[in-house]
Amino acid sequence: MENMIVSSSPHIRDRDRTSHIMRDVCIALVPALIASVIYFGGRAVYITALCMIFSVGAEFLWQKLTGRPVTISDGTAAVTGMLLAFNLPVSAPWWICLIGSVVAIIIAKQFFGGVGHNFMNPALVGRAFLLASWPVIMTKWSAPFTTGFIIPADTVSSATPLAIMKGSLEGTLPGIFDMFIGNIGGCIGEVSSLALLLGGVYLVIRKVISVRIPLTYILTVAVLTFIFPSVGLSGFDSMMYNILSGGLFLGAIFMATDYVTSPITARGQLIMGLGCGILTFVIRRFGAYPEGVSYSILLMNVATPLIDRFTQPKAFGTVKEKKGGAQ
Amino acid sequence: MAKLTFSGGIHPLGKKSATKDKPLVTIEAPELLYFPLSQHIGAPLKPLVSVGDKVLKMQKIADTDAFMSAPLHSSVSGKVKDIGMYLNHTNSKVPTIVIENDGEYQDAEPIHTKSIDDLSPDEMRKIIREAGIVGMGGAGFPTHVKLSPPEDKQITHLIINGAECEPYLTSDRRVMLEMPDDVIGGIRCLMRLLNLSKCYVGIEDNAPEAISILQEKTKNTGIDICVLKKKYPQGSEKQIINAITGKEVPIGKLPMDVGCVVINIGTVAEIYRALAQGIPLHRRIVTVSGDAVRNPSNLYVPLGTPFNALVDACGGTKEETHKIIMGGPMMGIAGISLDIPVVKGTSGLLLFSEKYAHNEAEINCIRCGRCVSVCPMKLVPTTLDMYSRKGDTETLIKNNIMNCMECGSCTYVCPSKRYLVQSIRVGKQKINALRAKEAKN
Repeated sequence: MENMIVSSSPHIRDRDRTSHIMRDVCIALVPALIASVIYFGGRAVYITALCMIFSVGAEFLWQKLTGRPVTISDGTAAVTGMLLAFNLPVSAPWWICLIGSVVAIIIAKQFFGGVGHNFMNPALVGRAFLLASWPVIMTKWSAPFTTGFIIPADTVSSATPLAIMKGSLEGTLPGIFDMFIGNIGGCIGEVSSLALLLGGVYLVIRKVISVRIPLTYILTVAVLTFIFPSVGLSGFDSMMYNILSGGLFLGAIFMATDYVTSPITARGQLIMGLGCGILTFVIRRFGAYPEGVSYSILLMNVATPLIDRFTQPKAFGTVKEKKGGAQ
Repeated sequence: MAKLTFSGGIHPLGKKSATKDKPLVTIEAPELLYFPLSQHIGAPLKPLVSVGDKVLKMQKIADTDAFMSAPLHSSVSGKVKDIGMYLNHTNSKVPTIVIENDGEYQDAEPIHTKSIDDLSPDEMRKIIREAGIVGMGGAGFPTHVKLSPPEDKQITHLIINGAECEPYLTSDRRVMLEMPDDVIGGIRCLMRLLNLSKCYVGIEDNAPEAISILQEKTKNTGIDICVLKKKYPQGSEKQIINAITGKEVPIGKLPMDVGCVVINIGTVAEIYRALAQGIPLHRRIVTVSGDAVRNPSNLYVPLGTPFNALVDACGGTKEETHKIIMGGPMMGIAGISLDIPVVKGTSGLLLFSEKYAHNEAEINCIRCGRCVSVCPMKLVPTTLDMYSRKGDTETLIKNNIMNCMECGSCTYVCPSKRYLVQSIRVGKQKINALRAKEAKN
């Protein structure tokens, strides 16, 4: 009866763990990946695989080189890689994947202390970096059913609906149904709102995310673009085109809900969704840039510690302050 | 009827099926019994006997003048063999009376002989203290203290806690099923003592047999059986008050500050035996369970019996034991030895094999927020964890760390397997140490 294990209570634990959560996120991204294969061909899988390998590899190498414990088994680097790929055009060359992964994992995540300590979504930082550095490559949208299997070949480029609405590119707006199922130009993972929605429902059912951030985010954009429609569009059309394009579903369901960089409290999450929605609307409407999801989320990421501080839950047994004095 | 509950909490596997239908088994006292003089919260006791003295069963063997304390009685007759330092349930060696059982079980005089109906409230309080009764749910708060509120605090709600929310434990359930008359008799005494016409008994909905027995027996008595949703930590004092009355005990205050007294159901049965028959607290029900135990059981055990004897009574172990838990798996203490004796607050004894005893390595917090959504005290455990590791006591106090009751819900759900409660406990200890230092200066 010697050598009993003595530890602090509780002595039982739920079976769920971080790697299971990350596995669920990957599963939830699969429908969107399948949709992108349908529209953009096998190259979508190739790019996604490259980003995942580079991201996990970058984390592994960095931790080996700096003598830190290797944490690739928690699955967070794999998710970052997958999300980064979803934010790239299918015609992106391999070195774009490499640079994006290195920036996301090493600069945005490891420099700040690794998983849990980064203050901005790593995949979005990677994307923002690439977009600023190689704007032509990063905005070369392929039209559906025009890409080669692995080789980018000469893709037929296509303007995104948001760019058309903004008037910065010529073109005709696709039908709303095409936009919903993803039959439009855009990044690998952003085109099919339907597939992303399926993934979102899965995450909500599995209790990985709550609906608070995605719902308030999408609703805010919907309401604002309905009340203040784009020039030449009815309120309804403006709303539909805005919520079904520009990666709003990808951002709202998978990026703004990133645990590490979004508020931890329920009220904070509502503020996160609302803030992202307002910023997205403002950037799209008044900015020079047609999209706005990435930057809105990054800005709200930065505000997250502040939001958390001001939305602390009221502790059980907090005595209500009497208002109004003697009445 | 709508089931009552509180906000937050978790749903761990109940694991009660191993023992919930097993009737109480009374075990023989072993040859040597150990009575630690520190059994629970409150002042340590002073022995009233010396080595070599003959003692009777139910004879008072230790007491003190402190208000926040309760005396101790022998559970056997025999001879005082030693008064020395032995392990108690906190894994520390404390002054302990060792009694050699003579196997005669000669009873001492009852602690009182008056008829139960003639007892005045003050006499009842006195008897409850004299009988050594403390909260038997685990913490062991002396019961007479709860029943003696200062004059400015009016008690309006008497709540009997039958919500045995810790997994594995079934001792309270067996009390309700096998001693319902003692329970109801005790409740009636308490209602008279506190001058109340109503009483609430909270029972979780996973104990339907207990609910129906008590409902049957309490018709038109002013005793209201409240069905509570099965959820951990429903049996916590503040949570059961909230579920039944809707009241929130303010931070840093006691149940009596909102007019409530909460008494564990096993304690109520002991109160009845003390008042009706003059029997002091000298035995208790212990659920012995866990995957290493061959035959998990509910044992009726003389206080002072070492755990070894309990395990023997359950047919020994079927797997090598790697962890001993005194109490439930959520808030119980891991024990270092089976030589530790049963004390008044020992509600359970769990033996885990390697499979359940394993401690996982923690990784970084990913801020998933699960700890926040389950915390019944509405705290942000991960923030407390962070500041506690930094040693920032000022921020910890600002974030209401002292409101944490260490129920373990946050640690249970954490997917990064962080030792949140442990870290919070360290933070609280630091603050207490600082406050003690300030008080000295």
